Amino acid sequence: MPLYHTEDQAMLAETVTGFIADNGAIRGQLRTLRDAGDAAGYDPALWKQFAEMGLTGILVAEADGGLGLGHVEAGIVLREIGRNLTPSPFLSTAVAGASALAAASDDLKGRYLPGILAGETVLALAIDEAPKHRPEKIALRAERAGNGFRLTGAKSFVVHGASADALIVAARTSGSDSDQDGITLFAVPRDAAGIGHNAVRLVDSAMASHVRFDGVEVDGGTVIGEVDGGRAVLDRVLAAGRVGAAAELTGVGGGAFAITTAYLKTRKQFGRLIGEFQALQHRAAHLYGELEIADAVVIKAQQLLDGGSAQADMMVSVAKAKASRTTNLAVREGVQMHGGVGMTDEYDIGLYMKRDRALAEFLGDATYHADRVATLSGY
Amino acid sequence: MSDLEAFRAEIRAWIEANCPPEMRAPVQDEDDACWGGRNFVFKNEAQKTWLERCVAMGYTVPDWPKAYGGAGMTAPQAKIWREEMARAGARLPLSSFGIWMLGPALLKFGTEEQKVHYLGQIARGEIRWCQGYSEPGSGSDLVSLQTFGEDMGDHWVVNGQKIWTSYANKADWIFCLVRTDKANKYQGISFLLFDMTTPGVTTRPIKLISGNSPFCETFFDNVVVPKHQIVGELNRGWDVAKYLLGHEREMISGAGGSDRLNAIGAVINRNGGIDNAVLRAELAQFDIDALAFAAMGEKFLDEAKVGKAHPAQPNMMKYAGTELNKRRHELLMAAGGSTALEWDSPATRGGAPSRNWLRTKANSIEGGTSEVMLNVVAKRILDLPGA
Repeated sequence: MPLYHTEDQAMLAETVTGFIADNGAIRGQLRTLRDAGDAAGYDPALWKQFAEMGLTGILVAEADGGLGLGHVEAGIVLREIGRNLTPSPFLSTAVAGASALAAASDDLKGRYLPGILAGETVLALAIDEAPKHRPEKIALRAERAGNGFRLTGAKSFVVHGASADALIVAARTSGSDSDQDGITLFAVPRDAAGIGHNAVRLVDSAMASHVRFDGVEVDGGTVIGEVDGGRAVLDRVLAAGRVGAAAELTGVGGGAFAITTAYLKTRKQFGRLIGEFQALQHRAAHLYGELEIADAVVIKAQQLLDGGSAQADMMVSVAKAKASRTTNLAVREGVQMHGGVGMTDEYDIGLYMKRDRALAEFLGDATYHADRVATLSGY
Repeated sequence: MSDLEAFRAEIRAWIEANCPPEMRAPVQDEDDACWGGRNFVFKNEAQKTWLERCVAMGYTVPDWPKAYGGAGMTAPQAKIWREEMARAGARLPLSSFGIWMLGPALLKFGTEEQKVHYLGQIARGEIRWCQGYSEPGSGSDLVSLQTFGEDMGDHWVVNGQKIWTSYANKADWIFCLVRTDKANKYQGISFLLFDMTTPGVTTRPIKLISGNSPFCETFFDNVVVPKHQIVGELNRGWDVAKYLLGHEREMISGAGGSDRLNAIGAVINRNGGIDNAVLRAELAQFDIDALAFAAMGEKFLDEAKVGKAHPAQPNMMKYAGTELNKRRHELLMAAGGSTALEWDSPATRGGAPSRNWLRTKANSIEGGTSEVMLNVVAKRILDLPGA
């Protein structure tokens, strides 16, 4: 399969690019929500519009009422979300959440999918338990209780946690904290008895929760996939979320680069446009190359994941690591090349820097994925 | 089974049946590859057999038309060919500046007669070509070149000097930039082809820091070149040269086919281990960049086939690919420790690690320096002011 968009994908990209530029732009969404101190951190009306466009069902099977498309298509949406820094539950709900629900019972799908397809339901991922992403270790316990389970422990960095309808929770049902097996995934209603949310605003103005589970009782119907066999589902959810975050990062990097090169063409010092200085030209040209390379490996990973390739897992980590490093370079160069105004809240470049920092951390930063690439390669 | 799947099965079976085992080990260095030409001495029978079998099928240039010695493969078929070659670990049957550089230029600018004659020779590995571009006073500023061809009616008489002519001492013919109009800088250069055995052509190898001499100085003293040996129009050789440089940059970048940019962490770990966490981290970072760049190469080739690639993209690829290759060899040296320092021992096959490491330093100089590549990207892709 060639490493560029098919005609259908290119059409989708054109539609989505216009739609998000019109409705998800920084001034209308991110700045407005942030300045209002919005508690949810995203705009429910825009989420509904996403659904009306069919976007929330991209990764939902046709049999379940969705579009039955793949990660390439989801990535098209995420790239534009990234370019516009649009606050959106798309990644946690329509990508990671939908990937989890694909393994769920019809009953559980029936509880959440119609709402996702209608743009009324939001899901959040509750995986991390420490400041650094480390899903190899899951300590939150789920013990059998009656017909269901009782969950005890804590999760952090649960983006949209306090406003989501349900949390996709990775819990331990057997074995010790670092065992590969013995993991079970649950879809836990946000307001289940015993759940405590401590919502905090992050540097990028997104809302994320520290969630406490104090003997939260859920019925057996909330289990996604097999009891004790949740690792395989978790891995699929992680792969979907990571390649999605990588796609969003390329959008953030591309957006930062676009405003930076535009600035190089308008700002004058020493009587000429600063873009005429070779010192800046070379750095911009280097950055251009890195961004192109990151784009290439992201679409490669998306295609491998959609094709069910055995190499997909490795390439997803390569993509997340490369996109993180590259976008980080883009925002750092962006602020520096903007000079003093790059430090002001008035200019958007700083917002790109903040979004990059949060996305880089989400589901494993560049060092986590570099370590993973080495391990998967046998060293 | 789709047509392409059937094609893949056919190619896979053919490689399986025809590629000798010796030709499935990675090429150690440039001397280990099959370069063809009048004076080429095959390393072994397997190398000769593999070339002959591929020539018979048109597989040395799979996507060239059959009339010019190729196999006439479509773009998707050629991609399958590359994938199946990589899968089998099969070497390129023929390494050739004729295939990588002159061929594409002839396909675009050559007359039908030139295509049949020269492309056929290239495809069959009969003639080894070298490139006469740089001159002592014209490196990055190539267009200032001074080698002059005086019009003598039915031929030119060429005088001047080229430098950094790769393998000029082993090449049979040269494609050469020659000034044919002293009054016009850009539109005063012609693209000429001539035999290196023509009276007046001499070469002198240049000893490099690697101890090897892949490059030569090449001197032209009243060299007679017949008029029909020009490619493209008189005084418009710069167009041909620029087009060819695009292909050269693509080649040097390692996009498609070449295995030299592959991930190396696992290889180093197998050959003696990685003895600390910082080296492991640097290798992992390199492997990520190399795997990502491989995807870039694949994407570029896919896009180029359908006209979606930016025409200046090879400049970015050349910059990124060569800088990556230099980093690769720095890491190989670091991982090799004191063994890699040995200059002439049997254990290092005559100092291969250090000589290869030193050789890569030219990657970001030859075919346009990294700095010139960045200038071109800034100007032609980013459209930055005054670039």
